[in-house]
Amino acid sequence: MTANPQPIQATPAPRGGGKLAVERDKPATLLLFLGPAVVLLLVFLVYPVIYTLRMSVDRGLGGNFSRFVGLDNYASLLRTPSFVHSIENNVLWIIFYVTFVIILGLIIAVIAMRVSYEAIIKAIVFLPMAIAATALGVIWAFVYAYDSNIGLLNALLAAINVGPIAWLGDSSIANSALIAVGVWGSTGFATVILSAALKGIPTEIIEAARTDGANEFQIFWRIILPMVSLPISVLAVTLIVNVIKLFDIPYVMTNGGPGDSTRVIAFELYKQDLSAGQYGKAAAVAVVMLVILIPVMIFNIRRFRSEAVV
Amino acid sequence: MSTDIVAAQAAPRTSDRTLSARIVRGLNKTPIHIALGVVALIWLAPTIGLLITSFRPREDIASSGWWEVLSTLRFTFDNYADVIGAQGMGRSFLNSIIISVPSTLLPLIVCSLAAYAFSWLRFRFRDTLFLIVVALMMVPVQMGFIPLVQMFAPFGLTRGFVAIWLAHTAFALPFGIFLLRNFFITLPRDLIEAARIDGASVFGTFRMIVVPLSVPAIAAYGIFQFLWVWNDLLMSLIFVQTNANYPMTIQVTTLLGTYGTEWNLLAAAAFLLMAVPLAVFFSLQRYFVQGLLAGSVK
Repeated sequence: MTANPQPIQATPAPRGGGKLAVERDKPATLLLFLGPAVVLLLVFLVYPVIYTLRMSVDRGLGGNFSRFVGLDNYASLLRTPSFVHSIENNVLWIIFYVTFVIILGLIIAVIAMRVSYEAIIKAIVFLPMAIAATALGVIWAFVYAYDSNIGLLNALLAAINVGPIAWLGDSSIANSALIAVGVWGSTGFATVILSAALKGIPTEIIEAARTDGANEFQIFWRIILPMVSLPISVLAVTLIVNVIKLFDIPYVMTNGGPGDSTRVIAFELYKQDLSAGQYGKAAAVAVVMLVILIPVMIFNIRRFRSEAVV
Repeated sequence: MSTDIVAAQAAPRTSDRTLSARIVRGLNKTPIHIALGVVALIWLAPTIGLLITSFRPREDIASSGWWEVLSTLRFTFDNYADVIGAQGMGRSFLNSIIISVPSTLLPLIVCSLAAYAFSWLRFRFRDTLFLIVVALMMVPVQMGFIPLVQMFAPFGLTRGFVAIWLAHTAFALPFGIFLLRNFFITLPRDLIEAARIDGASVFGTFRMIVVPLSVPAIAAYGIFQFLWVWNDLLMSLIFVQTNANYPMTIQVTTLLGTYGTEWNLLAAAAFLLMAVPLAVFFSLQRYFVQGLLAGSVK
């Protein structure tokens, strides 16, 4: 470029960002604005990514590179029952958590639109989003408490002479109990997003459909739902990312138990591998998480690019 | 909506002949109020139950549920006094502040500067570099655990707070830059151009024009980042390796593990942990919701 100086105006305008009719900025200026971010990103993010990729194919004794072992760590993960179980639980989370959050969020958004106290309902349902997952864990460990003098759920069951049920102590229901906590915590997020999307639908379209004789159910299924399908898919992707990164709720509420019945992949990484000094395997789990997240990354970049063009 | 129903009844439409239309017409607002009442109850009862419990004496909690609180109307601050003092929640409250404030301010400054470069400065590979930053957004924190601890520990950084500050800052950057850059490019070009032509330096333009105009976006991001760090448990488990430096999230988790049935203590501890986010939620709700919605891609 320096050998072939061109007038600045002749270079194609970069997409998205602004371009000023002044000279190209001086290196010192760039250093001031970009230097800190670039240094921090290279040292504390890019380098660790490379290090962990390499570590995932190493024995990793003491967290250092000790011996190259190829894909042994990954193979060893597949032979570890608790890892396989963690993956299964993550899949269950994705199926039930994502579905319930979206359906409940949509239902609440739709019916709340019809009342004057909509904002209050949305605030109430959104409130758990503010709270640490650790606190959600305490709140729900309390609701699930076995003693029907303490746990609300078992008190309700006692009123109809059922139970008590060990919600968190029974390996066949503990995972579902945790998923319910996740749904409770995230529904408000879906409600707020979908409520905004619903309000973005032009009323003329709905009025026109109504004039043409469409009933409320037809309007919902044929007009409203298709028009919020994009926000719903964005929401679904976000919720799936939440599940992949999920750690706090199982760690706080059941410590992965009983047995390994509520373990998830991020928990497995911390408890089974990292805490046990199995750095190679821990790195392999982290890489698995990254690989699962790559399609999401591509989705987000595509979305960013399509937005930038507008 | 009520006017629609009135109109539908006054002037029957063709759709009224179908069954579903008649069902819809038959629905007045009472079921909606009931449904929303149930929703409000499900989303409030667990938290309010814990709040009531945090003020009840230990004996009362053991003998009756919080929903029977009206039969034994006794309240006390003893639980809070106990967790703040004897259970170390006071110390860990301070730790949470010491961890959260720099872990918010540092990303705010670094991200604002970089976001300005990516939106208004001219340099080669700008868009390519920005795309790389966006791609880094999806790197899970787990990818940093082993190398960062290896890097920090020899300098003793995990014994103090530096390790957790740096780790939070690094993993906050991609998203923060992305968010602020997307806001900065919406600022009017003429304004920034005029400032530059009038002889303002690049930094002067940034400080006097871009930052003041972007207060809502910066505030939303700042609140998001603060709560993210405040509510974080996993990063602290990795990067805070001195018990005396534990933030509240670790302290509460430890209490739950140790005193799983001492609900007087657990309830009070959980509410101390929730106090700051709730205060932010009620005082800055607009920025708060914006920040969390924007943060959804993180």
